[in-house]
Amino acid sequence: MNIFVLMKRTFDTEEKISVSGGKIAEDGAEFIINPYDEYAIEEAIQLKDAHGGEVTVVSVGDEETEKQLRTALAMGADKAVLINIEDDVDMTDEFSIAKILSEYLKDKDADLIIGGNVAIDGGSGQVAPRVADYLNIPYVTTITSIKVDGEKVEIVRDVEGDSETIETSLPLLVTAQQGLNDPRYPSLPGIMKAKKKPLDEIELDDLDLEEDDVEPKTETVEIYLPPAKEAGRILEGEVDDQVKELVQLLRTEAKVV
Amino acid sequence: MSKKVLVLAETREGSLRNVSFEAIAAGKMIADGGEVISVLIGNGITDVANELVAYGADRVITVEDAKLEQYSSDGFSQALLAVIEQENPEGIVMGHTSLGKDLSPKLASRLNSGLVSDVTAIEADGDSPKFIRPIYSGKAFEKKVIKDGLTFITIRPNNIPALEKEEGRSGDVSSVSVDITDLRTIIKEVVRKATDGVDLSEAKVIVAGGRGVKSEEGFEPLKELADLLGGAVGASRGACDADYCDYSLQIGQTGKVVTPDLYIACGISGAIQHMAGMSNSKVIVAINKDPEANIFKVADYGIVGDLFDVVPLLIEEFKKVKVS
Ligand SMILES: Cc1cc2nc3c(=O)[nH]c(=O)nc-3n(C[C@H](O)[C@H](O)[C@H](O)COP(=O)(O)OP(=O)(O)OC[C@H]3O[C@@H](n4cnc5c(N)ncnc54)[C@H](O)[C@@H]3O)c2cc1C
Ligand SMILES: Cc1cc2nc3c(=O)[nH]c(=O)nc-3n(C[C@H](O)[C@H](O)[C@H](O)COP(=O)(O)OP(=O)(O)OC[C@H]3O[C@@H](n4cnc5c(N)ncnc54)[C@H](O)[C@@H]3O)c2cc1C
Repeated sequence: MNIFVLMKRTFDTEEKISVSGGKIAEDGAEFIINPYDEYAIEEAIQLKDAHGGEVTVVSVGDEETEKQLRTALAMGADKAVLINIEDDVDMTDEFSIAKILSEYLKDKDADLIIGGNVAIDGGSGQVAPRVADYLNIPYVTTITSIKVDGEKVEIVRDVEGDSETIETSLPLLVTAQQGLNDPRYPSLPGIMKAKKKPLDEIELDDLDLEEDDVEPKTETVEIYLPPAKEAGRILEGEVDDQVKELVQLLRTEAKVV
Repeated sequence: MSKKVLVLAETREGSLRNVSFEAIAAGKMIADGGEVISVLIGNGITDVANELVAYGADRVITVEDAKLEQYSSDGFSQALLAVIEQENPEGIVMGHTSLGKDLSPKLASRLNSGLVSDVTAIEADGDSPKFIRPIYSGKAFEKKVIKDGLTFITIRPNNIPALEKEEGRSGDVSSVSVDITDLRTIIKEVVRKATDGVDLSEAKVIVAGGRGVKSEEGFEPLKELADLLGGAVGASRGACDADYCDYSLQIGQTGKVVTPDLYIACGISGAIQHMAGMSNSKVIVAINKDPEANIFKVADYGIVGDLFDVVPLLIEEFKKVKVS
């Protein structure tokens, strides 16, 4: 199977977040593989182990993204491709990123493309289904299980806690939901091997794209932090009294019950 | 400039989900005096059309077909595209629900348009409306505009209030027929785990339990409290992983995103992935025996203590004030 994984380098949102100059401040921040894309990478490796083939991890990013791509290689992916847009594009949105990925993928004869269901920073969940539509292949989002048998594919997907069993066929795009698998940590030999695995870097020009072709359709005009919440009130005294006070506060101060 | 806006209505087991009414309200803000048309897709669903009118839709268009009985991205996009072709809307609104998240990017790609996902508020005073959406797992917000072309958004349930229901409001209900072909993904089975009763993403009160609840039985008092307050029970991933409750109750980044008026977190530590799903709740109460627990940072009111003492006392106290 010829498997491609869409991987985004994301801000670790467990870290403290601050805004400076109208942007999320990046200095000193931790960057990671988007957690849902870790499931995607793991699933791709497992499917390759079961069915043979090759796993290529693709990311639209900048020079820094090499680090996360190397990690994906150390987990067991065979190849990595960095589409470096740093010098070519000022502004992007979901359309732009999806278009770039689609142009890269359109002649790759992918049997299966796996992405994450959402990026924990941008949070739109648009990129992968947009890519599927562009390539005119079917897609299934938020999957928790996938079984491939020849061309036939059986999938279980999570739908707000209900689960749906879906039948479809390759070529196909799916997006990973938590629960799909337990992503492995790169092993030491894996890390050593990753250093020798191919990591290609390409630019928009290599995809015959110009900046205009990927001009975003939406624009962010402001980024801000939620108003600092006033420190909550930790109640004190005997438990009975705390409970009485709480009910009182919910009724008279917060007026929610 | 007024716009014609299509709004997708969503049903669950034959009834309209609340987010359908909220989407009408959002549609009105974008329409700026223009027409707001609800689109109802499915099979045997026309009964509910008038309810959409009562909530502010100017017209309703239904697309019915046996092949639309269950959602599929192929089927529903064919249906919507047929309506779009007929109506030529300048705006589209849907819920940021499982269905909306799956369908909207495909449709945006088809229509070669921008899309602003998971909108929690709209500023529609000027010419082009601005859309506010949470980013970075809810730790920040961005304000976005759509530069040109179609104004296409999905809205997070329970954030943009629906309009007051107006019985007797009238509006045309018509249908569009579409030949649904070539469904490439087929649903073979649906296992419904979501409890009946109040829909978590639309509940006004949620009592949520975490690993601190310790067992399936431990959830009983939480259920009792939720019932008493007309709310629903939710859970952290920790509680779901430990098998104390079903994954359909999970709240957070991977589970449901909720914005109730009152969220009572019992024995939940407050991991970022959990907070991504509930930190925008209007009032948050935390009950945790660890005074250092992260959840207290977002709580409006906190009780440091054993939930097995506190929750039963809360039930008693609420019963008392209800009686009096
Ligand atoms: C180099 C770079 C520059 C950017 N510059 C700007 C800017 O100037 N202004 C601005 O507003 N935003 C900028 N962004 C943000 C960018 O527009 C969003 O990341 C993009 O729209 C994806 O949206 P999302 O984060 O909601 O991803 P989602 O749609 O939620 O992601 C879902 C899945 O799609 C796949 N995916 C998403 N992004 C990528 C990617 N880059 N490569 C491979 N797979 C991916 C992954 O599988 C991911 O799990 C930039 C991003 C990058 C990488
Ligand atoms: C990619 C990814 C996605 C995730 N998505 C989600 C998600 O959607 N939702 C989610 O919830 N998590 C999610 N998680 C998991 C998350 O990181 C935490 O592990 C999880 O939320 C912890 O659950 P918890 O608070 O119940 O458990 P714990 O962190 O173990 O906390 C239990 C709490 O109970 C308290 N406690 C114990 N006994 C009592 C008692 N008797 N009375 C009062 N308090 C008591 C303890 O002090 C403690 O604070 C995700 C993780 C990853 C990596």
